[in-house]
Amino acid sequence: MTAPAAAKTALKEKFPQVTDRPSADHDAVNVPVGEVVAALRFLRDEHAFDLLMDLTAIDWAEGASPRFTVVYHLFSSLNLGYIRVATDCASNDEPTAPSVVDLWPAANWHERECYDLLGVKFTAHPDLRRILMWEGYPYHPLRKDFPLAGIEVPLPDEEISAATGTAVIAAPMMGGPFVASPGEINLTEAEPRAKDESWSDRDARPDQTALKQLKS
Amino acid sequence: MVSAHTTELGYNSKIEGEVIVSRADAVINWIRTNSVWPMPMGLACCAIELMAVGNGRFDISRFGAEVMRFSPRQADCMIVAGTVTYKMAAQVRRIYDQMMSPKWVIAMGACASSGGMYRSYATLQGVDRILPVDVYISGCPPRPEAILDALIKLQGKIKTERSASNLFKET
Repeated sequence: MTAPAAAKTALKEKFPQVTDRPSADHDAVNVPVGEVVAALRFLRDEHAFDLLMDLTAIDWAEGASPRFTVVYHLFSSLNLGYIRVATDCASNDEPTAPSVVDLWPAANWHERECYDLLGVKFTAHPDLRRILMWEGYPYHPLRKDFPLAGIEVPLPDEEISAATGTAVIAAPMMGGPFVASPGEINLTEAEPRAKDESWSDRDARPDQTALKQLKS
Repeated sequence: MVSAHTTELGYNSKIEGEVIVSRADAVINWIRTNSVWPMPMGLACCAIELMAVGNGRFDISRFGAEVMRFSPRQADCMIVAGTVTYKMAAQVRRIYDQMMSPKWVIAMGACASSGGMYRSYATLQGVDRILPVDVYISGCPPRPEAILDALIKLQGKIKTERSASNLFKET
């Protein structure tokens, strides 16, 4: 038995509520949010998972329950193995999870990013500020209900906002986002840009009714 | 017939007594044209090409613009090289405000010109939303030659300015 698999078995014996998590690559477990710090401490101290490789969260969808899942990727530099620990946040509207900065200082900025982009609050975090967006930005951009183009808000700096008369705008998508459709072999034709060149930021997109009137 | 008294086309200090008569605009613009000190506002990968343009191979000093000033108070031309995020936009504008007049702006590359491929909630969709841009450079990132081309274009623009009357204009 590999070291991560042994650790998983031991974890399930110590914490009966821990369940297997389907995974295509490494060993993975689901842990209840109340036990996650104890479980992670057990993995770190008893099974030498000394590195927190990544800490992130998933927004499953609006209306899904549980909506937010926090995921920890651990690596053991002694046994050279990975294990993935996932925990569902209790609340769907104001998700919270316990901070693991005490276990791995590396978690500090990861949790700040997670809070910034997905709005998961980490309780007992020493300095839970936004890390990428500016202070006072009202949204969490990686949530599923946030549009890629963005939502119009004032610029971070009021003075500059007044002097320039500009704001944070919803970005013009111009037929994007530019992702190729699946299954298309010809990449030139798969480009969304190639599909629709009838409109741009200068020429407004003709809406369907106007187009129909034009044809009839 | 070959004459001994050929016409002097150049400036002859022996005849004219070391005095040159010209228009104030022409003199001021001539000085400004050949000493555009850039403020390298390097924000992304475009800044690497901006560094290359200072090297011997491309040699921006041929055009008198090799003196990169990292203090905005000593710079004439801000080269916005890279992606401007909304978080950075205010700082870019503040640095521009600290530059002495006369001042010019070059928007270098797709991101600075229009937001480029970053059609997203976090990126300023073109630095001309906060700064008066004089020259845009296309490319992602532009070749150093394109930066030289933009500089020559800017010099052409500076040459047409009414600098003498602008000296007494309120800004």
